[in-house]
Amino acid sequence: MPVKINTNSGKTIAYLSGEIDHHNAWPLREAIDNELRRLRPGTLRMDFGGVSFMDSSGVGLVMGRYKTLSAYGGRLELMNVPAQIYKVMKLSGIEKIAKIYRKDVNKGEDNQ
Amino acid sequence: MKIINEMRLEVESRSVNESFARVTVSAFAAQLDPTVEELSDIKTAVSEAVTNCIVHAYPNVMGKIYIYAAILTDNTVRVRVRDRGCGIANVAQAMEPLFTTLAGERAGLGFAVMESFMDSVKVRSRVGRGTAVTLEKKVSGKTDG
Repeated sequence: MPVKINTNSGKTIAYLSGEIDHHNAWPLREAIDNELRRLRPGTLRMDFGGVSFMDSSGVGLVMGRYKTLSAYGGRLELMNVPAQIYKVMKLSGIEKIAKIYRKDVNKGEDNQ
Repeated sequence: MKIINEMRLEVESRSVNESFARVTVSAFAAQLDPTVEELSDIKTAVSEAVTNCIVHAYPNVMGKIYIYAAILTDNTVRVRVRDRGCGIANVAQAMEPLFTTLAGERAGLGFAVMESFMDSVKVRSRVGRGTAVTLEKKVSGKTDG
C-alpha cells in the first residue's frame, strides 16, 4: 500500500508515496477514510513528500477527504508538496480549503 | 511545421494503462531535451486525456485508446489521444473547469489541467463515434543552437 498512516494525539498523518492517478487513488482513499472513520482526528495531514506524480485524480482525493473531515469539523493540511503537484493543486483552488506547505520551500518542515 | 519523428501506441482502456501511456509519451518527448517541468506538464496532460477515455468514453466497457505523438521541427510535441467511445454531446461544457458528469471523486479538472499545462488543446467529438483530443506544447529544450 503506497500510504503509511499513523495517528497521535488527535492528528492523523498519511505519508503518501508513488504516483497518484485515477488507477491508484482508490486504495489511498479507502485507507485514509478507514482511519478517519475510526478515530475522527481533529487534523489530517497528507504528506506528499514521497509522491512522484499526481494528476487531477489526486485533487479528487484531497477534496473527498476534506468533505469527510469538515463534516465533523476536522482540519486538513497538505505537507511537502512537490512542484508538479503544487501546480495541479493551484488550478483547483485547494488552497482555499487546506493549508499547503511546499516541499523544499517552507523552512522548518521535513523536506527529506 | 514538418514532422521529424512520430510514434503510435494502442492500449486497452484499463486504468493500469494510465501510467504506461503517460510514461511512454514522456519518454518519447524526452528526445527534445525538455526541462523537468515541461516534461511533467506533458505527462500530466496525457494522464488526464487517457483517464478521460477510461472513465468517460468507455464507462462500462473495455475499448481501445489510440495514442499518437509527434515531434515537429519547431520543438513542438503533438499528442493525440483518441477513442471510439460514447463521444461528448457538448464539448464546450465538458471543458469547463469543475464540470463533471460523474458523481464521486472526479474533480472535473481534466481539461483545465490540459489547457493550463499545454499550449493548445483541440477536441473533436461525435456522440456514439468517439473523441479525439490533440495537445501541443512547444518545448524550450536545450537546443544545440
